[in-house]
Amino acid sequence: MRGIVHHITEELRNTARELLASGRISAFLGFREGDHPMTVAPFAARTAEEVELLIFNSFCVLNSANTIPELLRDLTPPAKRGEPPNEPPMIGVIATGCWSRNIVVQIQEHQVPRDKLVIVGVASRGMVDRRKVLAKLPNSDVYSVEEQDHLLLVRGRGYEVEIPRWEVVRDNCRSCSHPEAVDFDLWIGPKTGPRSIDAPFQELEEIEGLGAAGRWEWFSNEFSRCIRCYACRNACPLCYCPTCFVDDSRPQWVGKSADFSDTATFHLLRAYHCAGRCTDCGACESVCPMDIPLRKLTKKLYKAVKERFGFEPGLSSGATLPLSTFSSEDREEFILRPGGPGQEER
Amino acid sequence: MDGMRQKWEPKIIAFLCTWCSYAGADLAGVSRLQYPPSLRIVKVPCTGRISANMILDALRSGADGVLVSGCHPGDCHYISGNLLARRRFALLGKLLDFIGIEPGRLNFTWISASEGEQFAEVVQQVTKRVRALGPATRLVKRL
Repeated sequence: MRGIVHHITEELRNTARELLASGRISAFLGFREGDHPMTVAPFAARTAEEVELLIFNSFCVLNSANTIPELLRDLTPPAKRGEPPNEPPMIGVIATGCWSRNIVVQIQEHQVPRDKLVIVGVASRGMVDRRKVLAKLPNSDVYSVEEQDHLLLVRGRGYEVEIPRWEVVRDNCRSCSHPEAVDFDLWIGPKTGPRSIDAPFQELEEIEGLGAAGRWEWFSNEFSRCIRCYACRNACPLCYCPTCFVDDSRPQWVGKSADFSDTATFHLLRAYHCAGRCTDCGACESVCPMDIPLRKLTKKLYKAVKERFGFEPGLSSGATLPLSTFSSEDREEFILRPGGPGQEER
Repeated sequence: MDGMRQKWEPKIIAFLCTWCSYAGADLAGVSRLQYPPSLRIVKVPCTGRISANMILDALRSGADGVLVSGCHPGDCHYISGNLLARRRFALLGKLLDFIGIEPGRLNFTWISASEGEQFAEVVQQVTKRVRALGPATRLVKRL
């Protein structure tokens, strides 16, 4: 069965092969098949043989932008002593809507030089949440998953199940308005155009409707599962600080204890650092081994930034990030006035 | 005096900018204005210097409330530190509200160096709000 993902994969390999053969790039960053069904691994192809390992399918839940700064660093030849640092070589990278928006954020933040990238744009069909697939299966011994245009054909121990693809697509992809790369040099696969979403923040409403006590109960229940593996941080294309705040020891912002206050501090600050930068790519949530709804916090901040500052991240590399600027017109209803009635409910 | 039944009073960490609000607090003091002894003042160069880390650290360390006060918009010694901070505080407030931290625990205000009276008033107001919420339990580290 030759579906759309096979065509895109073919096109991807052809494009990467040509780019490498022409000498324009020294590596092509994408994904290869993972060690288990329904997983992928980031992969930089540097030869024509390696290009044959590149894939594009519905299980690319990671973000290709995450690896770019590291790859550029690794490919830059070391400078001789006393000489200025060498320029990194050019690389190619595959980018869906959110990945390309994260590349834009990295360009805005001077982490990645645009002129060193050949961005190969593609329209995401929505990535599949493997947990949703596993929940539909009689047991979790999956042998193979074949992706067709609208069906997933799952073969496992004692079963062969067909699952409608859209039913198991991740929540962030279901509410995505930009499946297409926003900034690209080459294009592969069909174009779909932007999607219009009626209620992009619907998933927050249930939590927002609870009282403060209910929201705390939700937060402490969900996030106390955290084992602090920091996979969410490592998978995030926004997390590139040389020293993360969780590793600071003087002052120690986040304690090493298993007390919930430390876990909560980590998650609050992690989400807060992504405010105005997060594109809701969902990589953090997809890599979480404890199935924590990490995206709820970042999505809340996405919503707050959009409502307050009218800004959505990663749509234009010329834009100023909302937290590195200000306006004299910014709303300040939360500012306490002496003698005033006090803060309104936020 | 029955020490066992002492009334609980909130502990509020106040981050005051050195140019306006700290001087405002000073003025309240030298003017001998009365306000509740609930504040633990941390002097910072500018509200723009305050990161979310510090506010969360205060809450984690057992503060019942936090007060952040800086120069009025337009009066910042560093031109725009308080305006940048205003954006950050707005988002932090949203986030902490979303996870169920009572809004009254997190207070932001602008106090200039000449507003000693207003400073005393704000402290009374904030203390009253935090007192009404009771001792902080969420986010407090217990070991």
